[in-house]
Amino acid sequence: MEGFEVTKNENGGVAILNVKGYLDAHTAPALESAFQELVDEKKFRIVVNFTELSYISSAGLGVFMGFIEDIRKNGGDIKLSSMKPKIFRVFDLLGFPTLYDILDEESAAIEKFAKL
Amino acid sequence: MPKTQKKYQIKIPSQADNLVLIRDLVSRVAAQVGFDNDEASKIELAVDEACTNVIRHAYGNNSNEVIDVLIKIDAKKLTIIVSDKGKGFEPDHVAVPDLGESIRSGKKGGLGICLIKTLMDKVDFEIKPGLKNQVKMTKYLS
Repeated sequence: MEGFEVTKNENGGVAILNVKGYLDAHTAPALESAFQELVDEKKFRIVVNFTELSYISSAGLGVFMGFIEDIRKNGGDIKLSSMKPKIFRVFDLLGFPTLYDILDEESAAIEKFAKL
Repeated sequence: MPKTQKKYQIKIPSQADNLVLIRDLVSRVAAQVGFDNDEASKIELAVDEACTNVIRHAYGNNSNEVIDVLIKIDAKKLTIIVSDKGKGFEPDHVAVPDLGESIRSGKKGGLGICLIKTLMDKVDFEIKPGLKNQVKMTKYLS
């Protein structure tokens, strides 16, 4: 999809979603599809790496809200890593840090699953 | 009242793929009038949220409708007015979302108005459903 890309890989039993570009109302469905595929494959341990994401609106944040309950009920979690300050600010303004693990590094997010 | 020095206006189809164009214009104008990157990105996001609300809620994703974005610049402030002729809403009834409750109930939205109010210095709503709904957002130059 123009302006946004999501790629998947796996590290130690944790699914990694790498998001790139602009995550808004137009591109959010692409991320929803990626989450849905993971849920369908019963992969509930998920880290989203934001290194290459340059913009997010509440439509993008809504995707994380839509899947988290289902994923946690299945013993998993969505952990978020490597956000630019501009991206973190949007999550922070809406209170996400109290409900989601947001880590500086992808490796730290993966380690959090190892401690579960 | 300071005299408006410049105005820009775009009328653009109510489609989510146009958000990038609207954001591009708004952030460039904000930078041009002297807002730093941080402030310009707040203005850009607030306008995106207002336009997303129009696309999704006022017009229910009907791309035949039009969003009107008017940008006014004067010496002290930038004002952006996003207007539509769709379904209105009661701005006073839009509560600050309880994120935990939204997640438990599977609700994904409701964050946009909260963000707009947080990001901008002044926000006014004028809601006349089907006639003209308007969100007027102001950011002062410091």
